[in-house]
Amino acid sequence: MPRTDIGPPDYKTMLPETIVNNYGKWKYHEILKPGVMKHVSETGGELFTVRAGSPRLVSIDFIRDVCDVADKYCDGHLRFTSRFNIELMTPDKENVDGIISDLNKLGLPVGGLGDCISNIVHTQGWIHCHSAATDASGLVKSIMDELYEYFTEFRLHAKLRIAVACCINMCGAVHCSDLAVVGIHTKPPKVNHEKLASTCEIPSVIASCPTGAIRRHSDKNINSVEVKNERCMYCGNCYTVCPSMPLSDPDGDGLAIYVGGKVSNMRKPPMFSRLAVPFIPNNPPRWPEVTDILKKIVEIYARDSKKYERLGEWIQRIGWERFFSLTSIPFTEQHIDDFTHATETYRATTQFKW
Amino acid sequence: MPSNTPLLDELEKGPWPSFVKEMKRSAGKNAKAKDLLGVVEQSYKDKITHWKHGGIVGVTGYGGGVIGRYSDLPENFPNAEQFHTIRVNHPSGWFYTTKALRTICDIWEKHGSGLTNMHGATGDIILLGTDTDQIQPAFNTLSENGFDLGGSGSALRTPSGCVGPARCEWACFDSLDLIYDLTQTFQDELHRPRWPYKFKIKASACPNDCVAAIARADFTIIGTWRDSLRIDQSAVGEYAAKGLDIKNLIAGKCPSQALDYDEKNRKLTLKPEDCVRCMHCISKMTRAIRPGKETGATILIGGKAPILRGAFLSWVLVPFIKVDPPYAEIKQLLEKIWDWWDENGRNRERIAETISRLGLKDFLKAIDLRPIPQMVYHPRSNPFVFF
Repeated sequence: MPRTDIGPPDYKTMLPETIVNNYGKWKYHEILKPGVMKHVSETGGELFTVRAGSPRLVSIDFIRDVCDVADKYCDGHLRFTSRFNIELMTPDKENVDGIISDLNKLGLPVGGLGDCISNIVHTQGWIHCHSAATDASGLVKSIMDELYEYFTEFRLHAKLRIAVACCINMCGAVHCSDLAVVGIHTKPPKVNHEKLASTCEIPSVIASCPTGAIRRHSDKNINSVEVKNERCMYCGNCYTVCPSMPLSDPDGDGLAIYVGGKVSNMRKPPMFSRLAVPFIPNNPPRWPEVTDILKKIVEIYARDSKKYERLGEWIQRIGWERFFSLTSIPFTEQHIDDFTHATETYRATTQFKW
Repeated sequence: MPSNTPLLDELEKGPWPSFVKEMKRSAGKNAKAKDLLGVVEQSYKDKITHWKHGGIVGVTGYGGGVIGRYSDLPENFPNAEQFHTIRVNHPSGWFYTTKALRTICDIWEKHGSGLTNMHGATGDIILLGTDTDQIQPAFNTLSENGFDLGGSGSALRTPSGCVGPARCEWACFDSLDLIYDLTQTFQDELHRPRWPYKFKIKASACPNDCVAAIARADFTIIGTWRDSLRIDQSAVGEYAAKGLDIKNLIAGKCPSQALDYDEKNRKLTLKPEDCVRCMHCISKMTRAIRPGKETGATILIGGKAPILRGAFLSWVLVPFIKVDPPYAEIKQLLEKIWDWWDENGRNRERIAETISRLGLKDFLKAIDLRPIPQMVYHPRSNPFVFF
């Protein structure tokens, strides 16, 4: 029998020597150039970190390649960030250029630190998820190809965090990102009446619906449920509890873009991302409509924002009415909230802009 | 010869590293990875997912940690019919030795597709793609090598935290040690789902919240301090000499106007009682300004994404708590919260939704916390008050 409940390896066994010696004693840090920072300790110790992007979905050979670099320069240590970046750390400044050059040889961009676009947090999409309304890895690759220089160079006044979720379950901090792409369904579930009773508990299916759109089938001879289409907002919660309620649809599925969220408490409190574009159809393999609008928003933000201003802070300053006019994104009825806390978003002042 | 995956091939072009290249590297020596390419290419043609819903698979003794996954195209891609995921609990802070990483690679070369996520959104190492009969052998070998599974289903999910004192001067508590300790303490809650829904714990050691704990964790621990931030006036002078516009870009952007800058004497003064510890001045003048010395954390409750009732950010529960081993106060608080949620939560209801349905007042009573102004932006405006 294997040992169970041993928990993860003790992190202390994974730390490089410089970190062990300076744990909790760091005094300050500086960003030296894109993707490179230096931490200085109260003991006088120094640590240089080189950060590189990764595609997140990687082969074991990719990990072995990166391990080779860590063995060569970093005494066999490395770490990952919560946004799937790789960080190679060394106390010797002389190693920095070698690390960068070896990472570049592997095809990995160095950057993502400071006032940059960092790697995109994302979900599985069509590669592995049963409820995906779109792919995630392909979208991320397409977006980062377009915004590549924003990762490798300082072109912004603040950090810009992008997230992609392949459905509105939003595995990842998509709901609080500067730019968020979210896979959405726009058609109600197609109920499989033959299979439903044998695969699902009908009361649980009915209870799973946040808007009460699901009820027992009106024909007593059919042991299944009915969906009141006009009350369905395509959350997919019924599908999660019952596989006989699929809502994927080649034409109905697509993407929405949300903007202006953040999690940091810096200056302004954390903010939710807000709807900018309600629906763009899936257009693989490159989703050009999505990358075009994201690039446009980033370019206008880069040009129009003030120093240190996050995207959400910029929008708060100029106002949503101006955001829509600057970006030429049409304002539609979908932008007006009609869910639980909708009234909190209605404007109750005569202060607005044209 | 024409390619079998013309759509995915497009995603090998361009400067950003390509996941398709990675899939092809695995496909060169692994039949499961090869058929995965076919399944995904089909999705790119059909514009829908080809993964079926669910499937109960796992290892002996655990109720979670493995996600069952089956393709709906088994005839065309028989090697990818079963493509289960194993979640492996990561070491705190995502630090590794190359030896440990190579061990995982070797295990996954033998028992799986050779494809992984470093890492999944919750923090685990995600080993993507194996057959049912390989799950137990893969787990046995992982366990022999010191690795355990993470959480899945209606359980405690793998706790995760920021890089903390390992490499950050702003850490107000030891996020690595706290996460490791909580993970070890709550192994049963992690591996044996028995709650209304999932429960996530995340720790960020300062208000910059690098792991997005406030948005993603049901139980959010964010480092802060209770005394005054520390200012080194000679370093302030150096920043001024180098041309930093301290008046407008630092003091001028202080959200609570707690900072005052005397340009003539190059002196920055703080009114500590007005400071809301937002990190702006600290983050922009790393050599001159630091968090205070009386450090600890704010504990917040209820962060989550939209399903079911819309998204919530975590709400303040304990404005300040000391965070020192053995973390007894935090563990007791967690157990009280879980008891109440177990008793009152509905199926598939995150704790934020249970609190929002039943009211913060009742929740506070159940976990023995006194209401204080730090918990709300403002008091109610309506007169409908229960006494």
